[in-house]
Amino acid sequence: MDLPRDKIVSMYEGMLKIRHFESRVRDLFAAGEMPGFVHLYLGQEAVAVGACAAIEAGDCITSTHRGHGHIIAKGGDVKRMMAELYGKATGYNKGKGGSMHIAAPSLGILGANGIVGGGIPIATGAGLSAKLRQSGQVIVCFFGDGASNQGTFHESVNIASAFDLPVVYVCENNLYGVGTRQTNVRKVEDIADRGVGYGIPGLAVDGNDVIAVYEACKEAVDRARESSGPTLIECKTYRWQTHFEGEPDTYRPPEEVAAWVQREPIGPYRRMLIDQGILTEAEADEIEAHVVEELDQAVDFARNSPLPAPETALEDLWA
Amino acid sequence: MRTITYAEAVSEALAEEMRRDPDVVIWGLDVGPYGGAFAATKGLAEEFGPERVIDMPISEAGYVGAGVGAAATGLRPVVELQFSDWITIASDMLVNQAAKMRYMFGGEISVPMVLRAPVGGYVSAAAQHSQSFESFFAFVPGLKVVLPSTPYDVKGLLKSAVRDDNPVIFFEHKHLYEVSGQVPEEEYTVPLGQADVKREGADVTLVTYSFMVTKSLAAAEELAKDGIDVEVVDLRTVDPIDEETILTSVRKTHRVIVVQEVWRKCSVSSEIAAIIAEKALDYLDQPILRVTADDVPNPFSPVLEEYVLPSEEKIIECVRRIAG
Repeated sequence: MDLPRDKIVSMYEGMLKIRHFESRVRDLFAAGEMPGFVHLYLGQEAVAVGACAAIEAGDCITSTHRGHGHIIAKGGDVKRMMAELYGKATGYNKGKGGSMHIAAPSLGILGANGIVGGGIPIATGAGLSAKLRQSGQVIVCFFGDGASNQGTFHESVNIASAFDLPVVYVCENNLYGVGTRQTNVRKVEDIADRGVGYGIPGLAVDGNDVIAVYEACKEAVDRARESSGPTLIECKTYRWQTHFEGEPDTYRPPEEVAAWVQREPIGPYRRMLIDQGILTEAEADEIEAHVVEELDQAVDFARNSPLPAPETALEDLWA
Repeated sequence: MRTITYAEAVSEALAEEMRRDPDVVIWGLDVGPYGGAFAATKGLAEEFGPERVIDMPISEAGYVGAGVGAAATGLRPVVELQFSDWITIASDMLVNQAAKMRYMFGGEISVPMVLRAPVGGYVSAAAQHSQSFESFFAFVPGLKVVLPSTPYDVKGLLKSAVRDDNPVIFFEHKHLYEVSGQVPEEEYTVPLGQADVKREGADVTLVTYSFMVTKSLAAAEELAKDGIDVEVVDLRTVDPIDEETILTSVRKTHRVIVVQEVWRKCSVSSEIAAIIAEKALDYLDQPILRVTADDVPNPFSPVLEEYVLPSEEKIIECVRRIAG
C-alpha cells in the first residue's frame, strides 16, 4: 500500500469508533434510554471511513438517515453525537434534531437527512457554491441504493455533470430499502452504470474494503479538485441491522445476513495491518481500548447532560 | 420621481443587490441572456456574466435544492421558478430542508435563499399556470412569504428579501409585471412583515395583497361615489403577518373583508379572519367576510375564469353587504 501509515491507522481507528458507537447505541436504545428511532450503520463502516479519508477538514459532506458513521468519519465528536441522540441540550443540535438530523456545519457536516435523497441536491448546491466561490472545496454526497431512484438523484447528478461540479456521489448499496430488495425495483444491477447516462465516471467497489473505497474516492476527489467534475462511486455493502432498531427482520434470508457479517470490514483489515507489520497486536488492542474509553465517556456525558429547557423549543427558527 | 414597471423594478433590485454583495447569485430557467420568461432578469447576465446568472436545466427540485445547499455554504442565491405553480415540484427542498435546517440544526446554520416566482391568473393560462401558493407556504414555520403589489414595493421588498438571512418565498403577480409606478432612484428598502395602508378610509377595511390590491383600490374609488369610504390594507408580506396594522384598521372601521385571489378553504384569508375574530371581536359590527376564488382549479375559457376569480364587482357587492 502506498498510503502514509498514519492514514492507514486512522482508518482503522475510525471504523472501530463507528462500530463501537453504533453497538452502544443499539444496546442503549434497546434498553429504552433514547427516544425516537435510530438507523444503524453497523457493517458499513468502511464506506464512511474510506470516503472521508479522501477529503480534508475544509471539505463538506451530506449524509442520510443512517448517518452516524458519516458524521463520525468526518470528525464528529461522539460525546456531542450521543448527547443529541439522548435529546440533551449539549447535543450537536441542542436536542432539536435527533439521530436523523445531526449536523455540524463547522466541521463541514451539512446534516444527516430524514428525506431519502434529500441531501443530494443540497450537496450539489454546496458543490456549485464551492465552484462559484473558488474555494477549492470538494463535497462528498452519501446516499443509498434506494435514494438512487429518487428524482433528486437524477436532477442533481445531471446538474453536477453539466457544470463540472466538485461533488463525489457515494452510493452505499446495501441491497435493501427498508423491507424491499432493491433489485426487485431497479432494472440495472450496478448503480455505477448510471454514470454513463450523465457522462461521468461510474465505478463499483467493494464497500467493505476500506482501502478500495479510499482509493476510488481519492481519485474522484482529485478529479473534482481539478475541476474535472463529479464521479459516481457505488460501494457494495450491507447493514447488519434491520432498517430501524426494533424492526423485525422478515425480509432478509438469515444466511445472507450471516455471510455479510462474516465479510465485515474491520476484522480483516486489522489482520492485514498486523500481518504487514503496520501495527502490533498490542498496538491494535490499545487503539481499540482507547476507542472504548472514548465511548464510555460519551455515554456518561450524554446521560449526565441536562435536557433542554422546554421553552427553547420556540428558539432557533429564524436567523 | 421616475416611473418604471414592476418587472424593471425587479431587475433593478437584483442588479443593485448583486453589485452590493458578490455572494448574490441568480439561477433558474432562461434567466440568463434570455432575460427570464417575464423579463424580470433582463440585463443581468450581460452585467454579471454566466457565473452569477445561471441557466438551469428543467429540474425544479434539483436546482431549488441546490439553492438550499449553496445558501448553507456562503452564497445568497436568488432562485427563480418560471411559474410558481411548479413550486410543488420543489416542495421537499423548501418545506423539509430550507424551512427546517436552521431549527433542526439548533441554530448552527442559516439558509439565506430567495425563491422568486410569477403567480396568478386572469390571463387564461389555465389550471397549472395560474396559481399562487402563499397559503401552503405561510403554513410552514421557517419560511417567509412576500407578495408585493407595486413597483415601489417590489423593489424595496426584494432588496430586503435578498438581505434577509432566512428563506424567503417571493411571489410576483404576472398581471403586475407591466404596471408602471413611481420608484425613487435613491437606495431604499421596504421591510418584510410590514403592511401598508394604500388607501385610508373610515367605513370598511379591505385586507388584501398582490394583484387584489389593484382591484380593491378600483372598487374603493367606485364605492366612494356612493359615500362609502374604504380603507385598503396591503399586507405586502403574508408571513410574518402584520397583525397590528390589520387590527388598528379594524378597530377604526369596525367592518372588514379579506380580498384574496386564490381559493378560500384553509387559506391566508382564513388565518386573517381567525386573527381578527380572536383579537378584535368587540370592535366588529359585522361578520368578517372574504372575497376569494371559488374552490375549483383555474379554468381556461375567459368566461369561466372570470366567473371563478374575484373582480371589482364582487368586491363592491361584498362591501355593500356590510357597509351599504
